Formats: sequence, structure tokens, C-alpha cells
Amino acid sequence: MATKASAESSDRTEAGEGVRRRDFLNVAAVSFAGVGVVGVAIPLISQMNPPADVLALASTEVDISKIAPGQAIKTVWRKQPVFIRNLTPAEIKAANAVPLSDLRDPESLAQRTKPGKANWLITLGVCTHLGCVPLGTGEGENRGPYGGYFCPCHGSAYDTAARIRSGPAPKNLMVPEYTFVTDTTVQIG
Amino acid sequence: MLRFILGLVGLGFAGVLLISFFVGMSNYVTSPPEPTAEEEFHLHPKHLRLASDGPLGKFDNKQLQRGFQVYKEVCSACHSMSLVAFRDLAQIGYNEAEVKAIANQWQIEVPSTNPETGEPATRKALPSDRFPSPYANETAARAANNNALPPDLSLIAKAREGGAAYVYSLLTGYRPQPAELLKKFPAAKTPQGLHYNPYFANLNLAMPPPLTTNGQVTYAAGNPAPTVDQMAKDVAAFLVWTAEPKLQRRHASGIAVVIFLLFASILAYFAYRNIWATQKRKVRVTGALDPKNQAKSARAKAKQGVAG
Amino acid sequence: MSFAWAKPYEPKSGFMRWLDERLPLPRLVYGAVGGGYPVPRNLNYFWNFGVLAGVFLTIQIVTGIVLAMWYFASADGAFNSVEHIMRDVNGGWVIRYAHMNGASFFFIVTYIHIFRGLYYGSYKAPRELVWMLGLVIYLLMMATGFMGYVLPWGQMSYWGAQVITGFFSAFPLVGEPIRIWLLGGYAPDQAALTRFFSLHYLLPFVIAAVVILHIWALHIPGSGNPTGVDVKDEKDTLPFHPFYTAKDGWFGAAFIGLYAIFVYFAPNYLGHPDNYIPANPLSTPAHIVPEWYYWPFYAILRAFTVDFILPAKLWGVLAMFGSILLLFFLPWLDKSPVRSGSYRPVFKRFFWILVVDVLILGWCGGAAATPFYIALSQLAAAYYFAHFLIILPLISAFERPLPLPNSISESVLHGEKKEAAPAGIEPRTTTVAGA
Repeated sequence: MATKASAESSDRTEAGEGVRRRDFLNVAAVSFAGVGVVGVAIPLISQMNPPADVLALASTEVDISKIAPGQAIKTVWRKQPVFIRNLTPAEIKAANAVPLSDLRDPESLAQRTKPGKANWLITLGVCTHLGCVPLGTGEGENRGPYGGYFCPCHGSAYDTAARIRSGPAPKNLMVPEYTFVTDTTVQIG
Repeated sequence: MLRFILGLVGLGFAGVLLISFFVGMSNYVTSPPEPTAEEEFHLHPKHLRLASDGPLGKFDNKQLQRGFQVYKEVCSACHSMSLVAFRDLAQIGYNEAEVKAIANQWQIEVPSTNPETGEPATRKALPSDRFPSPYANETAARAANNNALPPDLSLIAKAREGGAAYVYSLLTGYRPQPAELLKKFPAAKTPQGLHYNPYFANLNLAMPPPLTTNGQVTYAAGNPAPTVDQMAKDVAAFLVWTAEPKLQRRHASGIAVVIFLLFASILAYFAYRNIWATQKRKVRVTGALDPKNQAKSARAKAKQGVAG
Repeated sequence: MSFAWAKPYEPKSGFMRWLDERLPLPRLVYGAVGGGYPVPRNLNYFWNFGVLAGVFLTIQIVTGIVLAMWYFASADGAFNSVEHIMRDVNGGWVIRYAHMNGASFFFIVTYIHIFRGLYYGSYKAPRELVWMLGLVIYLLMMATGFMGYVLPWGQMSYWGAQVITGFFSAFPLVGEPIRIWLLGGYAPDQAALTRFFSLHYLLPFVIAAVVILHIWALHIPGSGNPTGVDVKDEKDTLPFHPFYTAKDGWFGAAFIGLYAIFVYFAPNYLGHPDNYIPANPLSTPAHIVPEWYYWPFYAILRAFTVDFILPAKLWGVLAMFGSILLLFFLPWLDKSPVRSGSYRPVFKRFFWILVVDVLILGWCGGAAATPFYIALSQLAAAYYFAHFLIILPLISAFERPLPLPNSISESVLHGEKKEAAPAGIEPRTTTVAGA
């Protein structure tokens, strides 16, 4: 009765004079809540990033003193295979003889090695097509038509500078960031 | 019917409980439990103030570095700290080179395999390694320590009632067994190979006092003197860090979050009042019609002798 | 479903109309928590705790799913995986502490919600099923909490699992085989840990489903209110949105503030230091205690010390389960037609005695099993059973309740006492169920 009428009139009054004040306060409160939700979302999303112990293993040191020219080893960096090859002078000559225009992903051997250490070819052992580990590091493994690495999955063939020459892979084997700590130790990553 | 059955169940449980109560009471009266040495002589931890205490506590890196030094030179011979990595030391103020050196020069080496023969071997620690244990396994640890297992210290400040204060009290609490105890509880004489320490729950500890002399560890210039008390405080502070490296961050975030929520609640409260403003919850009659005011004026009139 | 004057749903935008025509979700939400759900206008803050329970369920599910991305359910690796979360995972420490304290707060909020129900007669007709579904949720919460506590594989995790699964061996003949079946072994080990992880991940979603049934069952008669008098017409109610969304919003923010104080400044206060020691099957902790929210039941379990026809251990287990199961019968134990304790002076006094009794039981459950605490828990547990099974039925049969207000809106507008009964007329005892 009385309450119903007053409820209706108060609705009208709300709509009239109180609108601005009410809207602002309510909007402010809801915005604060929104900021809170974002604040909560941030740690929930960032926690999926690599944790500190994985980041600490982001670089590895490798002793290369035992690798003779013409030999290569497979090692692990960031849980992925890395090929470290000691190129023979013949392999270096063959790599430098290839015109860049012949290459799908043009890079010279000098661009893929450190100055003064052109014989040390350090690349990821992950085929740039779909991720298989190419053959060629071990004794007697198939090094493919270009004498470098050969991926058995779909036939990608890499040359002595680990550059893609034929097959479906789009790019050369990736060269990771590395430095020579000493002449016989390399730090990758 | 249901209530009758449930009522019987209730009487059953209550009855058995009261029987247990009275039996327990009569046992207590006829053969009261013996007092024990632990009950009478165990001490609660001493009070310890650290920079990390309280909601605004921060780590004192200089103290943590001294504490680490005590751990390195005294405790690490027997106690592992296997959840802490060498790289974590960067958080308490060591730079990258210092961390690498600490890891490289750590007395205990990390287990690995000989790459040529495949035999188990050891190698120098890297910053990414966790602190290696002084013993290969629990059996070796017990064999070297009179069948006692020195606990890992990574979480000790959170794993003991009293935390850092307990660790500090324990380290400084060694003393000869009081004559009073021996008189009252002759059977509780400290056995051979154990050491009396009233801060330990059952009074006799397998660990011999690790900090015995002032200057046992030499602190660098600019630090307080390395008395036993100071070394114990420093290593206790360090162990608070090993247990909770994120403590300082937690306090800082906490202040921000609580202030934000305080603000949000106040804002939301006013929004709530705003929304409810037109809803009468209780009619509040004010002024002359307010019953309280009416009572007041009635009293005043009565005082002045004016007729109501 | 609701009241005749409930505002029907009007889609506000073209998209909402399109969606509502194909899947009436917007309509459902509007009618459940929006402007289309009329709620008594006189609810006090004790009515906020149901929504808060839902908030904490959500917090637990979200933080739990994230923790499960890093947690490793192996007896060798579980403890270290939790420490890895605390130390190395970005922000892992806040998520872990939020989950740990979230469980405690979920229980705090639920206990207040339950005691609100006990005081205001929320379990009475026609809301008996709401009450029983709530008890099912509570039992599921206890199972989830127990299994969750085992996962870090600390000393209390392991020995708590030993003790709780040990209950089952109290039952003659079938007890021990059931215990071994539950554990997948002779003692808590890898099998128990993995299956507890699997079930701990599952049960919160079962809880969520039962919560939906709980709310659905509530929305048939609508929410109760502090007077216990039924809603009669439109002036007794207000739409849930914006009135109760605003009230829940501010109180929720403040309560989360309290929660944040625990998470950031006292994260281990409600826990036990022994759970920071890796589990050791060969060494029992000096005092095995469960988490605080189980303490009253732990006290009841330990209170039975004498064999009487049945062994004491079996009495303890039966009483412990019985103390929760008897609550299912509450609508039939307490048959007073007056719902709210505000109008039942005798009931009200015994209610507060019950509150003190449960607090005492909780205190005893967390303490060492010394003669003093055992004696106290025996008396307190005896009162607990007597309260529900003997005292309440008697009170409801013999008490004289206070006169009820004629309606909610009258009690709100003019103060409850004034509206109760015009002078000179006998106070009436309204049969609320049919009103």
C-alpha cells in the first residue's frame, strides 16, 4: 500500500536526481573490482612461464677438446640436441664455394661461425621442417647428398655448413648464441 | 518413531561417553599419571628479534651472509640444504662471480657419472646445482652420526614450533644437566653420546654443541663480533631465508594487496549504501516525535514540576 | 519457480536476445541471481556466507588447477615439487599459500553458514532438501580437504592418511580389507597418493554440481529470512540485483581482505610445522593432529576410551560419523513450527551453549590427548549428542515461542517487537509451513 507507492516514487526519484551520484559510485566500485580481477589474473598467467631452475639451465658449458677434425658430437642444451662439429679444411672449402643465390636460406659459413674459429660449427640438431633429429653426427651415419646432415623423416639435406639444400625444410639448422670461454670450452646460451 | 530411535542413539553415545568420563576420572584419582622430566624442565624458546619479523619485515642481507658463512664453515659438514640452489645466493647480495666461486669451491662435490667409463663420480658444483648433501644417503648419514640423522636445514625454520627462535635457543641452550633434575628423575640422566639441552622436546639431543667458542667463524670487517650468541642469531636468520626466500616479497605484495582491498571495500560499502538508500529498513522518527526525545522532555518537565 | 511479482527477463541487447532464444542461459542467470530473483528485504550479514562459500570454492578450483600444472604426485617427488612451486615457479608461493589458506577460509565461511542455518531454522520445511544437499556438500568438502592435505607428502600428510584410513579397520571383518582397498597397499604409499590426487581434482567439480542443486532447491521456496516468516507479497522482497549483489560485493571485498592478511602475513598460522618435514613412515610425530577444521570431530573420536559392548575405537568412529549424519535428521528432530531462534527463547539459549560446546570440542581436538583434554572432550561430546538427539526434540515439543511478526515488511518498517501482536490479543503461533 503505502510502501508500494513510496517504492514506486522512490524509483522515480532514483531515476531523476540520484542517477549521477549512484552511477559514479557504483561504476567506481565495479571498476575497482575489475582492477582486482586483473591483479589476480597476472600471477595466474605468469606462473606458466619457465620457473627459475629451468631458466638457470638456460646456458651450458661444453668441453670440445676431444673433438678431432671431421668429427662431431651431440650434446644437450635447453633439453634439445646440439651438434658440435669440427670441420675439416675440405669441408670449409666446399661450404665457401657455394654461391649464396643457390641457397634457400642464404647465409655464408663465416656468418654461421665465430671469427678465427671457422672450423667449429655449432648448430641445433633439430630439423627446421617438423623437428626430427637429423643424422650425420655419428660415425657411419648417412650425411646426405651434400655431405652435411640428412633428416630421414622427410628427406631434408643439409650441407657442410648445415644449410638446407634440398628437401622440405625452410631454414638452415639454427645457430644458437654461444661464446668460446677458452679455446677448448664453449658456453652455449 | 524416528525421534524415539534417534533419542536412544543419543542416549547411547552420551551414555558411553559418560561411562568413559567416570572411568577416566577414577583412574586419574587412583593412579595419577607420573610427572615427567620433559614436562618440568622443557623450556620454551627464547625471544629472538630479527629484521624479517613482523608484517613489514625485510631481510638484512649482511646478517644473512654472515649466517651463510656459519652454515658453510660449521653446519654443512653434517647438514644438507638440498632445496636451496647456489644461484639463490644472489638474492642475499652475492654477485654472479661470487656465486660461481662459492659453487666451484664448495667442499662437497655433486654426484655425476664419468663420461667415459660410466662409473659414478663427482664433479664441482655449478650455480644451477642445489647444495649437495654431505652424505650419500640416510644410512651413511646415520652411520657417521651415532645412528642419528642430521635433518636437512632448508625448511628447518618452518618445520619446528618456534621457528628461528627455537633454532637460536637450541644452539645457545647447551648446559650441564641440572642437579635438581637428576635428583627428581634419576632415570632421565642424559645417556652416553647425547647432550642435555632444555630447549629440545625430550631434553637430550644427539647433536653436540656446534658453536662452542667465540670467534669460531671469522667475520669480515664491519660486522659485529662473532660471539656464540651472534653466530647463533646469524645462522637462525639465514635459515629463515632458506625456508622462505620470498618472505620479503610476500610482505611487500601483502601491503599493496591489503591496502587495495581496504580501498575497494570502502568504495563498495558506499556503493551499497547508495543503492539501499531508498529502502527503508527501520523507520527512524527524529526530532520531537523520537521516543527518546519524548522521554527526555518528559523527564525535564517532571523535574521542573510542569504538568505533562 | 519464484514469486508472482518477479521481474521477467528482458534482453537488453540484440546479442542477448539472440542468445536467449537459442539457449536460455541469460534468462536463467537473471532469474537466479539477477533482477528477477526476489529476496526478503530483511536479510542480515549472516546471509552473505553462502555466496562467500561459492567464492572460496572458485578460488580453490582456480588456484588448484594452476598448482596441478607443477605438482608431481610421486612419493619421492611430491614434497620437492611443492617446494619447487614455492621457490622457483613465478608467483608460485602466492598461489600455494592462497590454496592452503583458501581451504581454511572455505571451512570458516561454511561453518558460519551452517550455524546461521541452525539458528534461523533454515533446515525446516520446505527447505529440508536444501539442508541435506548442504550436508552432502560438507561431507564432500571434508573428503576433498583430507585428500588435499595428503598431497604435499609431509609428516602430517602421511600420518594423517594413516590415522584416517585406520578408522576403517575399526569395523569388524570388512574393516581391514576396505582399508587396504582404499590405500591400494598396506600403508599410505604411491598408490594412495596418486589416487588421492585424482580424486582431489575431481571432487570440487562434484561439489560445484551439488551446489547448483542446493541453490536450485533453495530458489523453489525462495530464501529464508531472520524472522522465519514467509514472504507474503512484493513489499516483503527486493530484487537480488542490485541490492544483494551490492551487499555481497562490499562484504565479500572486506572478507577477502581478511583472507589476504592471512595469505600474505600469517600464511602458516593455521597449519602445522610438522608438514614441512618430508614424510617418514618410520617416525611418528609427537602429536598427530588434522587440520583445524576437523578438530571437533577428532575430539569426538578420541573421547571414547572405554570398551562397552563394542571396542572404544569402533565407538569413536561411529560417533564421529554419527555426529555429522544426525544432522540429516534435524528437520524431523526439531519440529517446532517457528523457524527463527529470535522467537524461541529457550532454543536460543541452547543454541549458544551448542556454539560454545563445538568451540570447546575444537579446542580439545587440537590439543594433546592428556587426561584433562580427554575428560573435557567426553563431557562436550556427550552434550553434543544430547543437544541434537534429546534436548532439541524436547524443546520443540514443550517451548512457548514469542509471537511472530505479521509479515517481513512490517517487521522491517516498524521494528519487530511493535508489530508482534496488538495489545490484548493472544500471541499467535503461526504455522509457517502452510502460510
